[in-house]
Amino acid sequence: MTDIDAVPGMGPLLAARTFFTRSEVSADGRTLHQVDPSGWDRFYRDRWAHDKVVRSTHGVNCTGSCSWQVFVKDGLITWEHQATDYPSVGPESPEYEPRGCPRGASFSWYTYSPSRVRYPYVRGVLLEAWREARSRLGDPVLAWAELTGDPERARAYKRARGKGGFVRAEWDEVLELMAAAHVHTVKEYGPDRVVGFSPIPAMSMASFAAGTRFLSMIGGTLLSFYDWYADLPIASPQVWGDQTDVPEAADWWNSRYLIMWGSNIPVTRTPDAHFMTEARYQGTKVVAVSPDYADNVKFADDWLAPHPGTDGALAMAMGHVVLTEFFRERQVPYFTDYVRKYTDLPFLVTLEPRGDAYVPRRFLTAADLTDDAGENAAFKTVFLDEETGEPRVPNGSLGFRWGEEGEGRWNLDLAGATPALTLLGRAGRAVEVDLPRFDEGATEGGSVMRRGVPATEVGGKLVTTVFDLLMAQYGVPRADLPGEWPQGYEDAAQPYTPAWAEEITSVPAATIARIGREFARNAEVTEGRSMIAMGAGTNHWFHSDQIYRAFLTLVLLTGCQGVNGGGWGHYVGQEKVRPITGFQHLAFAFDWQRPTRHMAGTAFWYLATDQWRYEQIQADELSSPLGDGLFEGRSFADCNAQAARLGWLPSHPTFNRNPLTLADEAAAKGVGVAEHVVDELRSGRLRFAAEDPGEPANFPRVLTVWRANLLGSSGKGNEYFLRHLLGADAETRNREGIHPTEVRWREEATEGKLDLLTTIDFRMTSTALFADIVLPAATWYEKHDLSSTDMHPFVHAFNPAIAPPWQTRADYDVFLGLADAFSELAARHLGKRTDVLAVPLAHDTPDELAQPGGRVRDWKHGECEPIPGKTMPKIVTIERDYAAVGERMRGIGPLFAELGLTTKGVTYRVGPELDDLRARNGATPEGHVSLATADRMCEAILALSGTTNGRLSTQGFETLERRTGTRLADLAAEHEGKRITFADTRSRPQPVITSPEWSGSETGGRRYSAFVINVERDKPWHTLTGRQQFFLDHDWMIELGEQLPAYRPPLNMRRHYGEQGDGQDGAEVTVRYLTPHSKWSIHSEYQDNAYMLALSRGGPTIWMSVEDAARIGVADNDWIEAYNRNGVVVARAVVSHRMPAGTVYMYHAKDRNVNVPLTEKSGRRGGVHNSLTRLLLKPSHLIGGYAQFTYAFNYYGPTGNQRDEITVIRRRGQEVTY
Amino acid sequence: MRVMAQVAMVMNLDKCIGCHTCSVTCKQTWTNRDGVEYVWFNNVETKPGVGYPKRYEDQDRWHGGWQLDGRGRLKLRAGGRIKRLLNLFSNPDLPTLDDYYEPATYDYDTLINAPAGPHTPVIRPKSAITGRDMAITWGANWEDDLGGAPEHAPADPNLAAMAEKVAMEFDKTFMFHLPRICEHCLNPACVAACPSGAMYKREEDGIVLVDQERCRGWRMCVSSCPYKKVYVNHKTGKAEKCTFCFPRIEAGQPTVCAETCVGRLRYLGLILYDADAVLDAARVTDPRDLLEAQRRVFLDPEDPAVIAAARAGGISEDWIEAARRSPIYRLAMRYRVALPLHPEYRTLPMVWYIPPLSPVLDAVTGVGADADDPDNVFHAITDLRIPLEYLASLFSAGDTEVVAGVLMKLSAMRAYMRARTIDGTVATDLLESAGMTAADMEDMYRLLAIAKYDERY
Repeated sequence: MTDIDAVPGMGPLLAARTFFTRSEVSADGRTLHQVDPSGWDRFYRDRWAHDKVVRSTHGVNCTGSCSWQVFVKDGLITWEHQATDYPSVGPESPEYEPRGCPRGASFSWYTYSPSRVRYPYVRGVLLEAWREARSRLGDPVLAWAELTGDPERARAYKRARGKGGFVRAEWDEVLELMAAAHVHTVKEYGPDRVVGFSPIPAMSMASFAAGTRFLSMIGGTLLSFYDWYADLPIASPQVWGDQTDVPEAADWWNSRYLIMWGSNIPVTRTPDAHFMTEARYQGTKVVAVSPDYADNVKFADDWLAPHPGTDGALAMAMGHVVLTEFFRERQVPYFTDYVRKYTDLPFLVTLEPRGDAYVPRRFLTAADLTDDAGENAAFKTVFLDEETGEPRVPNGSLGFRWGEEGEGRWNLDLAGATPALTLLGRAGRAVEVDLPRFDEGATEGGSVMRRGVPATEVGGKLVTTVFDLLMAQYGVPRADLPGEWPQGYEDAAQPYTPAWAEEITSVPAATIARIGREFARNAEVTEGRSMIAMGAGTNHWFHSDQIYRAFLTLVLLTGCQGVNGGGWGHYVGQEKVRPITGFQHLAFAFDWQRPTRHMAGTAFWYLATDQWRYEQIQADELSSPLGDGLFEGRSFADCNAQAARLGWLPSHPTFNRNPLTLADEAAAKGVGVAEHVVDELRSGRLRFAAEDPGEPANFPRVLTVWRANLLGSSGKGNEYFLRHLLGADAETRNREGIHPTEVRWREEATEGKLDLLTTIDFRMTSTALFADIVLPAATWYEKHDLSSTDMHPFVHAFNPAIAPPWQTRADYDVFLGLADAFSELAARHLGKRTDVLAVPLAHDTPDELAQPGGRVRDWKHGECEPIPGKTMPKIVTIERDYAAVGERMRGIGPLFAELGLTTKGVTYRVGPELDDLRARNGATPEGHVSLATADRMCEAILALSGTTNGRLSTQGFETLERRTGTRLADLAAEHEGKRITFADTRSRPQPVITSPEWSGSETGGRRYSAFVINVERDKPWHTLTGRQQFFLDHDWMIELGEQLPAYRPPLNMRRHYGEQGDGQDGAEVTVRYLTPHSKWSIHSEYQDNAYMLALSRGGPTIWMSVEDAARIGVADNDWIEAYNRNGVVVARAVVSHRMPAGTVYMYHAKDRNVNVPLTEKSGRRGGVHNSLTRLLLKPSHLIGGYAQFTYAFNYYGPTGNQRDEITVIRRRGQEVTY
Repeated sequence: MRVMAQVAMVMNLDKCIGCHTCSVTCKQTWTNRDGVEYVWFNNVETKPGVGYPKRYEDQDRWHGGWQLDGRGRLKLRAGGRIKRLLNLFSNPDLPTLDDYYEPATYDYDTLINAPAGPHTPVIRPKSAITGRDMAITWGANWEDDLGGAPEHAPADPNLAAMAEKVAMEFDKTFMFHLPRICEHCLNPACVAACPSGAMYKREEDGIVLVDQERCRGWRMCVSSCPYKKVYVNHKTGKAEKCTFCFPRIEAGQPTVCAETCVGRLRYLGLILYDADAVLDAARVTDPRDLLEAQRRVFLDPEDPAVIAAARAGGISEDWIEAARRSPIYRLAMRYRVALPLHPEYRTLPMVWYIPPLSPVLDAVTGVGADADDPDNVFHAITDLRIPLEYLASLFSAGDTEVVAGVLMKLSAMRAYMRARTIDGTVATDLLESAGMTAADMEDMYRLLAIAKYDERY
């Protein structure tokens, strides 16, 4: 030891220590090194010690699909860490480990949380009334009938919703009550009045499937969620005929130019964000487009901060630059070749005179060329050959997809032809065209701009190309075309120049031009590796479809789509059930009967919650002056009713009569059911329920919510839900609106339509607080299930780390129990019945040919005959054995063997799979392959899907090859013998197999990117032209002025709904109200979690700019109230200069259950974030019956958008009461 | 030369997404128990901001770390032995709960058990300390994503010297996240200040620990630590701190915060250093020389003399091998892109940081880059949003040259790799400006970008 006194400034104290300890002061006497003494460290070692580690994941509400290691000690779950054993992405790429986020890392808190739902609960007032009636009447079904039939008693328990007073009940009693409600509703009102809501199956497929399988068997209505969440990008089915398909996160790494557009990746794609940060080191330029300085902006080389909702203008101006510099001033062969082959740009569109100019109408088809053009000629589009100038009908359009003549010809092979992109220099003439613009005008429909295109006559019709129209739409002048054109980029008066966009967005014109140019140039030198990751910030708007089409124009023009590292990346609530075929056929019980009652969620809620009664604008407000007046005087509800009767969208509850009764009537009359339905409809005796949603017979009666928080999270127009659906207290001050023309208006609006609301959950959400019954669910660490996502290419398992504690049960077992209870009562009350379904014209089936040209013909208006499957829904009957539901739930029915399984038009034959499953899963007493447990369901899902069963994938490609005539099956050949079993997914995440179920390829270990198979293997898109479509020619698209990409501004709520405030200047400020996804929750989940509350501000907040806060005297953390005509919210203010003035954020989804005081405005509990929103249906989202505009579940339907809203903010008294 | 081994960490702030997963997994594993509700061994701060606890970087207030006295001798800033003894029973430099935050819990069971009443049941905050109703006015991460904000930023000690250069305006917003754990310093003030001999640096790996049996709760460690990374367990009265997850480290596993870091920005490795050189390094006169002084304490694990001395000092072969493969050595010494946090505290911290590259331009004027050359996509680092002075205040005792040098290397790497991956060009001018060989540049790129699990730890 050195002389410690020689060490300056210290020592004596340390020196003294050596007398007390046996440790050794370091050589210089300044510090103390020692070997761990005396075992004091046992405390930390014990804390770290654990008994076992179990792999599981987090379900439902997050696309992360991260695999986690759950630690268990002494039979208790202690904590979770991310798994790091993902199969490698390859030596030259970052890996997926360690996937996870702080929300997921805090999940285990819920297991033993004091708010964990441990037992079944029923609200006391209902349970007492039920027990009384049940014991007096002896029959549960009669008891329910009496209880709900008595207005006074029904009102009593409905009024009590949301006001506490739960009492514990036993499982058997509660299941009997639920079963009685189901049986009575089926019998009295019809099975379609029984409704289920559960979202996003990919992240817990068996749990989802349990409920939907039960409801499908009884004929219940299954609500969609993707469109309802406004996460469905409607542009995707419009442009691609595909719901959504995107690159996996590791493909960002392959990009060389990445724009994050309204997508706050570090917050909303936390586990994937590193691929973005790491790609920068490989030289990828990253651009952030965000109205605030969001978490992702700090990674960006450029930050563009457009005003909220003006992203479309920005993208249109970038498109203007790309078309100008890469198509007009010079041509890039890579781009030109791409758009010729893979897009509709060369296809011919008819021009019709209108006033003193022309307007584009429809695609020219083979039917226009000759009278005898063969099968499906109206669905075969035409271009001119560059060499010969002659019209050509290339392979690959929709007309080749269905029918015998198209066999082997549904492909993109141009057979040596070179499509002419433009008629310039070839056309006989140039004509003026009128095109819609929306940046000016007295209504939302905007006004008109006049431009010009080269045109020629083909088949007796004046035509031009989509490309020529696009150049006109984007305002790119060429040659001496007539019309009014911008004078250059600096011309702010004409759409869509950079200077024009600067005025709208505030982004400098030079920046717009530079980013557009760089994006395209990067795509040129990398052959398509420019990418736009887009998110809810751009997708949750009323006109998001148009915003997205402006984005997609950028990636299509530059040949980025279908290329690794390029194209769009839509990351909003998207999900991917990789093993889709097995999943959807089992979930919807297609092994026992087909089809099921899928329903478009937004349309359902719009009617069920009476939001349609508060409409201040009509559909014609949206019509372009270039439209034909199709919406004149019509409400959105009228449009919705028309969509129902034309077979465009599903509509459940369907008719104003019990569908079981319809079948009985037809039998009694001795006529076919379809004939009977048509007769009754024609006579007007039978009506669609959507035409009279206020009629009590048409109400939804029983609603079960599982894996979801409808009332605290997704329910736009929350206060309308509370008032009209539930009959609970509500805060809306909105006045009733314009009466529809066709939909019946009843003076009295009903409060409390629903007889029974049940939720199955492990935590007390708003849905639970307002439910009549709360059933205790097992958590994600307590059951078997499967998870997959589009963010990575793996499937992996949920496993129980512990058995479900207390009286909790896995969703799978809850529905088995309910099915048993139902069957028992149904045996007495229902027996075997025939159900009648009205089924909309379906996507990926020959129904796509039903309504050629997208012309609207309404049988009700005498414009055509009501022909099921052609001009109206198909009428289908299903024989239901209601007593057998419990038994059928547990076994695979006969239809798989008889009919196979069909996904996206490809049918899979599954003989060997069923034999194999019988060996693995065993059989039911009735001899069916067993599905009696969730792990068996998982096994069946994997066995019956191409992505997880190489034999099926290969078979599917071989089937598809016969239609396309191109080589495909080799994509799966490397894995033909591979079978991913449930045991495999439990041991480690398993990479999936390339399959015709999806459009990309993992073959050879490559990263998944959407539409790679289309681009590399000439497989058409599922659209009219078979190509990626810029142009859309349905009548309603013409009416709305949306045939081509265009900028439509956010709805002018102030104009439509008036000032929202009380006019107290200085005390109030009116601002745009946005609800971006939160850092501290996944939707409403985790916001009640102690860890997330500790790391955030402990309750609901609204983020405000410094300027807005100053205007009303608000300091950081002050209590404020936000209110508008729809409702009232109380929250703390977060004040930061990273927020733009004029906009506030209330991060999605703020429930009312944590730290929400009573409002000053109403004296009641403050609302949820969606208390300030209300639904608005966009008519184009209702279209169906034509090509890619045909219906599929979660594929098409009105979005529950919410971004266009405004609110008033006021500082409230700082003393709050609860 | 006395060779010792130290487990050290580098965090690449340029990759930090501010998600706080590290904080949650750490807290779940180590401090979700009574007495340490307010304690986050690992926390993440948004900078600018006052941090946790408030203004912990203000050593004029807290007197943490070391300073040189008038004669150039190294002294604890908290004062000499006598002063510290006098303060044993009333330490004026101890943060109060208000400086951290009052942890809250909620009456969670109300949601289920609320009787029938006029309003929808709600849970409200209750103090986790007193159990009484409380209003939440500060928290463990109160400033998250504020970017400073006008109400809080002025209190950030790093902004004090540069207030006129930083406007809290929308167009000029900047922020980044700073995850922090114990620095496991080579010259730990907490160890020197402990009157009980309870705090020590582990002989074999340098992890700084509190012997829970020996701790008498004097709390001198809390006030002496300039990073405020020693905490008091208010139930036991003893000091607790980040243990560098020693039960995991001993088993060859990374720390919890490192392994669960979703941004993949944490690196762990061994550093060999000369224990005899520590004191001289800590007492160089100019704080701006502390970085180089600390680097000189680190020993080259490839140097035969060092290896021989390590063996002689009893360091095992596998540890020597680990030191040779250490990503920490590569990042701090070879590529010199990692920097210590507040070297001016003179504790020679062993958790280093790669400063964030944030080349976002002014959103409104849109100047910069080469508007005419679409192939020139990157901005110059002169366009950085984060002021160099701010980063220098954190990582180089105010020396902006040092920070600029690191950011230049990162920028050069991006431009170099862009050319390499797009058309195979080797941009020798970029290599020269970064002072690196192509092999080193690509190795650094692999370490930072591809960053496989086995390379990070």
